Amino acid sequence: MSATNVLLKLTNVGKKYDDNVVLKDINFSLEKGKILGLVGENGAGKSTLMNILFGMDVIAETGGYDGEIIFDDKKINFNNPVDALNAGIGMVHQEFSLIPGFTVAENILLNMEKTKSSIISRTFGKKYETLDFEAIDKEAKDAINILGVSMNTNTLVEDIPVGYKQFIEIAREIKRDQVKLIILDEPTAVLTESEADILLGSIKRLSDIGVSIIFISHRLREITSVCDTMVVLRDGLVVVECPVEGVEIEQIAKWMVGRDINTQIEHSANSQRIQEEDIIFETKNLWVDMPGESINNVSLKVRRGEILGIGGLAGQGKLGLPNGIMGIFESGGEIFFENEPLPLNNTLEALKRGISFVSEDRRGVGLLLDEPIDWNITFNAMQVENRFLKSYLGGLIKIRDDKSMRQCAHEYIDQLEIKCTDEKQKARNLSGGNQQKVCLAKAFATNPKLLFVSEPTRGIDVGAKELVLNALKEYNEKNNTTIVIVSSELEELRSISDRIAIVCEGEIYGILPPDTEATEFGLLMSGEYKINEKGEKIWLR
Amino acid sequence: MRDKNKIQRMLTGSIVPLMFLIISMVGIPLSRFSGVYLADQIVTRLVRNTFIVLSLLLPIMAGMGINFGLGLGAMAGQIALIFITDWGITGWQGLLLAALLSTPISIALGYFGGLVLNRAKGREMITSMILGFFIAGLYQFFLLYLCGNLIPFKSPNLLLSRGYGIRNALDLPTAKGFDNLLLFKIKGINLPIGTFLIIIVLCFFTRWFRKTKLGQDMRAVGQDMVVANSAGINVEKTRIQSIIISTVLAGYGQIIYLQNIGTLNTYNGADQAALFAAASLLVGGASVVNATIPNAVIGTIIFHLMFLVMPVAGKYLTGQAMIGEYFRMFFSYGVVTIALILHSWKRQKDKELERKSMRTETDHPKS
Repeated sequence: MSATNVLLKLTNVGKKYDDNVVLKDINFSLEKGKILGLVGENGAGKSTLMNILFGMDVIAETGGYDGEIIFDDKKINFNNPVDALNAGIGMVHQEFSLIPGFTVAENILLNMEKTKSSIISRTFGKKYETLDFEAIDKEAKDAINILGVSMNTNTLVEDIPVGYKQFIEIAREIKRDQVKLIILDEPTAVLTESEADILLGSIKRLSDIGVSIIFISHRLREITSVCDTMVVLRDGLVVVECPVEGVEIEQIAKWMVGRDINTQIEHSANSQRIQEEDIIFETKNLWVDMPGESINNVSLKVRRGEILGIGGLAGQGKLGLPNGIMGIFESGGEIFFENEPLPLNNTLEALKRGISFVSEDRRGVGLLLDEPIDWNITFNAMQVENRFLKSYLGGLIKIRDDKSMRQCAHEYIDQLEIKCTDEKQKARNLSGGNQQKVCLAKAFATNPKLLFVSEPTRGIDVGAKELVLNALKEYNEKNNTTIVIVSSELEELRSISDRIAIVCEGEIYGILPPDTEATEFGLLMSGEYKINEKGEKIWLR
Repeated sequence: MRDKNKIQRMLTGSIVPLMFLIISMVGIPLSRFSGVYLADQIVTRLVRNTFIVLSLLLPIMAGMGINFGLGLGAMAGQIALIFITDWGITGWQGLLLAALLSTPISIALGYFGGLVLNRAKGREMITSMILGFFIAGLYQFFLLYLCGNLIPFKSPNLLLSRGYGIRNALDLPTAKGFDNLLLFKIKGINLPIGTFLIIIVLCFFTRWFRKTKLGQDMRAVGQDMVVANSAGINVEKTRIQSIIISTVLAGYGQIIYLQNIGTLNTYNGADQAALFAAASLLVGGASVVNATIPNAVIGTIIFHLMFLVMPVAGKYLTGQAMIGEYFRMFFSYGVVTIALILHSWKRQKDKELERKSMRTETDHPKS
């Protein structure tokens, strides 16, 4: 590796949010015209790293970063994305940043339009130059041709199939003058297999004309087929930096998730209590229309008394599952509870039948932020089961039973160690972890037979995490309540669940026991294969 | 399926004008107006109102909805006309000077309006409406207390008898200044070609403006502020510019409107300007996110046809003249309400449809 050929070099790059270290000692380099694959679980630090490279405002606002980045022989420290663009770094985001009502050509040359000057523009300024649509069209076609796809540049973007939109964005980055590095953040996530193949071809062509590329994908097969080198991030550290050649996919998966191959999983399997045939809840061909987390077709059986973990990468649909079942987002298909059909899109009915839900949207769905703790805890029980109410005149008038509410709140405050001044403290003023505990207490107070818990430990500190998980486990063991827990953290699921289902691309790709090797989970999450009901692996890629 | 969508889009686009056209058609025989009278009246209304309706187009393009704050421009135009009247300049020269004088006032008001609206993204329409009420207060203060007091006036007949403050109604010596430039009379119908030419020039200006770099920026901002911003377009500045241009044009529009009428209703002449302009545009099939020149012209014709016909028809139907007035208000507010509801309902439906189609796509992936 000659020194002159290196385009990008990171030395000891680190980043802290407050006291939370998200990146530490990141070292890697990228040569001109090479493709670097960046792999890592959610929260491994990929986005933060990309935000640093692209000069996103959030980095500067939170105190910048440590270490040194050399790009094109210059030390860089961008204050905003425009600096990065000017330096020759382009970024293609996961969400499309295209204007639907503009044509393909207009989008590719957005704010880089070719214009013709006139008398008016010479008097009033460049902004009054008229657009030269022919030149715009030609430039756009050139860019599209470099990518090796064919597309009508005069079609409106809203009429373009999803699979092609990614190309428009990449074409836009190419069109910027002197683009040297393009960062692609999961460009294939929304593409079908064949569309992804075309995209990979385009990426190769780009690197052939000398553009360097950082390619982020969770489809490991794509990394091995197109990249020259790869970097695996885990918990904010570079685990591996190596050439891709000769690396097995299983190996990458292991690097990605394998932080704890040796850690003991303390799991008191309560398999004696659980009977395989005793199904408490079942979905058949369930679909859920939750933006960004949609479920396409899930048929799942939940056994009575078990803790079922649901894992998977972000955006694959694991959050859609509980939200759809509880009627928070539109859904279809069939669901059965205790062998009886349960109407979909009907939250009240689900609650009445004894299903409770602790939402991942703690502050939005989970809590009444401006009400005291005791109100929050008893709210659902009061609404759904008419508890904590004193009834007068034969039920004509019902009045809150403050005394029993207080009692109930005290019980849970002690049991879950909710840190608060008293039960009248407003939920808004609690810390994240304590808010989560109030949410749990609220669900427990309805005495559910089936409890859905979504991302229970997101955004809370380690101590509180442990407490929340223990509370769930205890509740499960004591009351034989069936719990379905959805989490992005595989380790958390492995420590608490009896079985773990992995959701990928809106479907369940497989259900594994928690003591399965981490590699298996990693491959399942990246959709390398499916496991059918008989436990056979069906390789997809 | 895409074709079906297109037909549906076309239908929903033209269903509003059709509906109001049918209502008017039913009203015409009931009103007992003669064809010539109606035609003459429609031409007059077209001359009077088209310009101000056209001034609404740019903010819609920039994604700010209907600029209910165009009253700001109307006020600027009125202030300019009052000064011109005081200076005793008549004819089209007076009107041109009034337009020139209104421009800096409009720019200042438009800039202020733009600043306010940038702090109320997503709620531009209601904000601009309330802003209009607020500025109307300042406008009245200016004319009632400052004019004749701090600001000297030459002609005492413009002032109230107490010696300061502008009178409630003024006859404009600049009346018909543009209309009389090239006035033709064909079969009892007055055709003020001069004013029409000004309106046509504005149509061409709007068409040309859409093709400029600034126009393209406005379209981009209007469609998606985040994307436009990440492409390096100065979103805030572009939005302010669109409001400024709209306000300036509204000022000119109000001058054209008043020269046709001939008298100025000093204190509430600008009150209804925005409402009627908005109603005209919406009747023409525009929505709060998409409006074209034909929308504006057709809308002006249909809205004023209805405006003429309905009160009289109502009078003959019920035998009461007052009922007719109610009809007018009822219709113009009703039009705006229906158009706004229809729009948000449609947008929600579109979103649902879009997500549904994405779902079927992923259900059966093409391979």
